[in-house]
Amino acid sequence: MIPTKEAWIKALNERHGTKMQEKISSATVCICGLGGLGSGIAIALARMGIGKLILIDFDKVDITNLHRQQYKANQIGMHKTEALKENLKEINPYLKMEIHTIRLDENNAKDILSGADIICEAFDNAEVKAELVNFVLSEMPEKYIVCASGMAGINSANLVKTRKISKRFYLCGDEMSDVEDGIGLISSRVMLCAAHQAHMVLRIILNEFEV
Amino acid sequence: MVRINGEDVACSGKSVAEYLHSAGYDAGRVAVELNGNIVPKALYGDTIFKDGDSAEVVSFVGGG
Repeated sequence: MIPTKEAWIKALNERHGTKMQEKISSATVCICGLGGLGSGIAIALARMGIGKLILIDFDKVDITNLHRQQYKANQIGMHKTEALKENLKEINPYLKMEIHTIRLDENNAKDILSGADIICEAFDNAEVKAELVNFVLSEMPEKYIVCASGMAGINSANLVKTRKISKRFYLCGDEMSDVEDGIGLISSRVMLCAAHQAHMVLRIILNEFEV
Repeated sequence: MVRINGEDVACSGKSVAEYLHSAGYDAGRVAVELNGNIVPKALYGDTIFKDGDSAEVVSFVGGG
């Protein structure tokens, strides 16, 4: 049986403290790209009781995604936005979500991203990552952006870290392990990087701006 | 000297575009912060490093 909204909020307040939960519950976070990073970030934030998620991806769930992305075998062929919304709703029935099944570009980005307090860059392609970061920092300087670079392969978990680049720009990853080097993407290391991003988002929400 | 990614680099007078090229960066994969502000890509050719500048070049790798 699904608990009532009151019971849900009470449980979050008990775990996190009312003061902290109020801040988490009033934040809106946008996740750009719903692969291994984006789906992992979304689940962490949904469990924390984040206020609202804006989820963006144009792609569909493929069998080759299931080794690391937070989808299920029976969701193959669904748009990732729809599949993730379904999974997040099962985890947190009271989560507010807005989904955009589109390819984000400079013509649509401002409209979609403007509703978020914090933006997570969770794309897989290096050029697209750089494009989004440059766009947000140049065109939307009031936003915080938490990016990822370098989580492929089986290198040590301890190389994945969070770095503050400038006032509103954070970078998670080992900054060197490139999937294009043929080292693959492994669920444990991708989850690690997603957890770094989700945790930095939480810290920003709670006004803890250092890494 | 210009402080780039924590190291002193002798590139005063060079543009951001010239520096990125000479250091082997792929300009399509980077974000450049100069003294805490993003340098828009369209200005890489016109933005000249001066002595005492502090810059951070973030070069993205693939995977997500």
